[in-house]
Amino acid sequence: MNDEVAWWRDPALRPMVVACLTLSGAVGVFGFSFGVGSVAAGASVWQTCALSLFVFTGASQFSAMSVIGAGGSLGSALGGALLLAARNGVYGLAMSRRLDGSLGRRLLAAQLTIDETTAMAAAQPNRHEQQIAFWLTGFALYTFWNLGTLIGALTGNAIDPRTYGLDAAFPAGFVAMVWPLLSDPRARWAAGIGGVVFVSTVSFLPVGVPILLSVVGVLVGLQRPVAPPAGVAS
Amino acid sequence: MSWTLVIVLAAGAYAFKVTGLIVLGGRTLPTVFERCLALIPAAVVTALVVKDTFTNGQDLVLDARAAGIAVAVIAAWRRAPLIVVIVLGAAVTALLRQV
Repeated sequence: MNDEVAWWRDPALRPMVVACLTLSGAVGVFGFSFGVGSVAAGASVWQTCALSLFVFTGASQFSAMSVIGAGGSLGSALGGALLLAARNGVYGLAMSRRLDGSLGRRLLAAQLTIDETTAMAAAQPNRHEQQIAFWLTGFALYTFWNLGTLIGALTGNAIDPRTYGLDAAFPAGFVAMVWPLLSDPRARWAAGIGGVVFVSTVSFLPVGVPILLSVVGVLVGLQRPVAPPAGVAS
Repeated sequence: MSWTLVIVLAAGAYAFKVTGLIVLGGRTLPTVFERCLALIPAAVVTALVVKDTFTNGQDLVLDARAAGIAVAVIAAWRRAPLIVVIVLGAAVTALLRQV
C-alpha cells in the first residue's frame, strides 16, 4: 500500500470504511435501545449517558441495566457486568501488539478496546491498516453508541433492533472479520477450540465466563510452528 | 439506579481495558507467548460469533440468527465485502422473523 496517500482517499481502504460505518449504524440503534431501557429501569438521563460514555462496553451495560430493572442488588448488577467487561482485558493484550503510540494515546485506545475494534483491527493484513481500522472503528462506534443512547434516553420510544435483524449484524460482521485469520492452520485450531469451549460451558458458568475461557484456544501457539507461518496477520 | 453503580462499573471496565492493553501488554514476552497472543482474536471472536448466533442468555438456541449467519459464512467464504456480509446476515435474519 502507498503511504503517501491519505488513508481516507486510499481506495484500498474504502471497503473497510464503509463496513465500519455500517456497523456503527447498527451500534447506534443498540445504543438507542440501551438508552430507552436504562431510563425505563430507573436510571436518569445523566446516568444513562454516563454509562455509555465511561463504561463503553455494551454487553456490560445491558447486563447491569436488566439486573437493576428486575430489582436486583447493586452487587449482582456489578458482578455480572464486570465479568462481561473482563474480556476487554484479553482484547487489550491482543491489541497491545498491534497499536503504536505514546502512553496518552494508549490510555485513549484502552477505552475503545472492545469486541468490534479488536475484530476489525485483527482482520487487516498489516500493522498500518490494523491501526487505522482500530481508531476509525473506535471513534465511529463511540460516537454512534453515545448519540444513540442520548436520543433513546430522551425520547423513550422503544424499538426492537431484532425486528431489523440488527442483532445478527454483529456475528455476521465478526464472521467476515475472523475469516482472513483462518487461512492459518493454528488460527483454525484456536478458533475451533475457542468455539467448543464456549459451547460446552455456556449453560452452567456465569454469563461472561465462557467467553473468557474461550481464550484457552490460543494455547495451540505453545507448539513450535513446523514451518515459518506465512501470511498470518500478527 | 445509583451513581455508585455507574462509577464502579466505569472504573472497573476501564481497569480491565488498561490492564490488558498497557499494564500486561506493555511487556515484552518470550516468542512462545507472543505466538499465543497473536491467536487471541481467532479464538475469542469465534466464540463471540457462537454466542451471538446460538445463545439466549445461558441457553443454547437455534433460531433465525443461525440462518442469517450461515448465509454470512457463505458470503465470507466467497470473499464478499464486509458490508455485504453484514447486510446479508441481518437481512436474512429479519426476513425469517417475518414469516
